[in-house]
Amino acid sequence: MTVIRVEKIRKTYGKVVAVEDVSFEIRRGEIFGMVGPNGAGKTTTIECCEGLRRPDGGEVNVLGLDPQADGNALRKRIGVQLQSAALSPRIKVWEALDLFASFYPSAVDWKSLMERMGLAEKRNAYVSGLSGGQRQRLFIALSLLNDPELIFLDELTTGLDPQARRAMWDLVRDIREKGKTVFLTTHFMEEAERLCDRVAILDHGRIIALDTPPNLVHGLKAENRVVFFTDDPLPEDGIRAVPGVVRVDQTADRVVVCGRGDAIVAGVVNALGAKGIRYRDLRTEQATLDDVFLAMTGRELRD
Amino acid sequence: MRALGKLAITQIKLYLREPIALFFTLVYAPMMLVLFGSIYGNEPVEMFGGRGTVDVSVPAYIGLIIITVGLMSIPIGTASSRESGVLRRFRVTPLSPVLYLIADVAVYFLMTLLGVILLVLVGTFGYHMQFDGNWISVLAGFSLGALAMFTCGYWIAGLAPTARIAQTVGMVIAFPMMFLSGATIPLEILPESVQAVGKFLPVTYVVTLMQGLWKGDAWNSHGTEVIVLAGVLLAGVVLAAKTFRWE
Ligand SMILES: Nc1ncnc2c1ncn2[C@@H]1O[C@H](COP(=O)(O)OP(=O)(O)OP(=O)(O)O)[C@@H](O)[C@H]1O
Ligand SMILES: [Mg+2]
Repeated sequence: MTVIRVEKIRKTYGKVVAVEDVSFEIRRGEIFGMVGPNGAGKTTTIECCEGLRRPDGGEVNVLGLDPQADGNALRKRIGVQLQSAALSPRIKVWEALDLFASFYPSAVDWKSLMERMGLAEKRNAYVSGLSGGQRQRLFIALSLLNDPELIFLDELTTGLDPQARRAMWDLVRDIREKGKTVFLTTHFMEEAERLCDRVAILDHGRIIALDTPPNLVHGLKAENRVVFFTDDPLPEDGIRAVPGVVRVDQTADRVVVCGRGDAIVAGVVNALGAKGIRYRDLRTEQATLDDVFLAMTGRELRD
Repeated sequence: MRALGKLAITQIKLYLREPIALFFTLVYAPMMLVLFGSIYGNEPVEMFGGRGTVDVSVPAYIGLIIITVGLMSIPIGTASSRESGVLRRFRVTPLSPVLYLIADVAVYFLMTLLGVILLVLVGTFGYHMQFDGNWISVLAGFSLGALAMFTCGYWIAGLAPTARIAQTVGMVIAFPMMFLSGATIPLEILPESVQAVGKFLPVTYVVTLMQGLWKGDAWNSHGTEVIVLAGVLLAGVVLAAKTFRWE
């Protein structure tokens, strides 16, 4: 079942084309990610779905509603974490939750939500005194107060350390476990890959790829690599003969086997065993979404 | 309704945690009264029709409190909440802008009223302030004057692109108003030409209305004030509603 349908939207700011010809659908219960470099148009797209921005052209349908015309009905059913929004620095955590809960005709019990989000001990802290991760958790808590069917998370983990980022991923997975749909944006490929069921890669306002992370990586036909160390001499043809292997590079005791397909890992391990070659620290390096972006744009995603 | 109450209570708490706004709303005018009261006392003065300096200053300073809230606290508070993204967070909830504004106005109104009450208490117990009016009338006049000036704060915030500009515009309008309207310096001691300038400032009408009601004047002797302030209020509401934006 489709929760969001976006068709050929376009949004310009003066001469800047923020989003152009963007179409996608999000299904109920999935975590859908939009990834791309700074200025790619992620926020513009997600905020068109939230009803905060009006596209210049194209159509947006969210939960069967037009976000512009039925904004009020929509806002009761969605939860939103904005990339740029704030709370008064002088409001306390519990006051913010209590206040925002009062805006909804039916809100969940904010006290238990506060506990679930690990904010109970910060209950009386001012927002200005929260760490980045705590503040982010508070904003997510605010977005869950109305028990929404659909949650928008714009730049969920920007500015967080790796540990807080992982904790945030678990949180998002929990939300999905409860049957909710999540639409998130990020500029971390790893985050998209680990967290999302499907990913749209955005660049210069256009979707350049949209699929599940494994399909995107496979579609790339990128090389997989098997890396290991050995002190034994390698027989000339022993490994190169493994099906799928394209190249074998050796520098001192480090051997890198490059090839296509997932089968090369097993093939290499079997070949090594058959020839009685002792090896250590064998690992595989698979292509990632970063490689997909590089292959499609010729640029690194890194900012 | 629940949202309105919660919003108002929360805004009051936030106001109480903001020392500068609190100072100008609650402390500044009583402090001025103590300062000038200690210099001039409250002996009858011929120029003030036999009333004392404190007797005429208290109603005038009500205008002063209204100026600081309406032309400084409101434009700065509104524009900076917008700029920092606080209003944006409200915007993605079902909270309506009308409800938000009602709660906001109510809080500024209550805080201003609190400042006025403190001022009157200092005048009464510190200087035996003379009051010949009717408190209900004074409250009505105060409400008209305060709400009229508050609308100016909202449309200044609405028209100003940034919080800094809202602050600057508010100050640039507030300072001449403070000194040319009779709110701090009695109009009686100002030269005719300056008094003529004061006629173009809406706050002047707040001050003369309050001073009149203080003496027990009838409303119909202050028709001009009522018409001017009602006009400022109506035009202000329309302009404020037109220029309000969440971001
Ligand atoms: N309100 C606006 N006014 C003018 N230009 C805008 C506005 N919002 C976005 N843009 C422009 O549109 C383009 C897309 O911006 P957007 O914020 O959607 O990118 P993004 O992918 O969310 O980037 P980031 O990763 O930095 O958040 C950018 O070039 C940006 O400068
Ligand atoms: Mg963005």
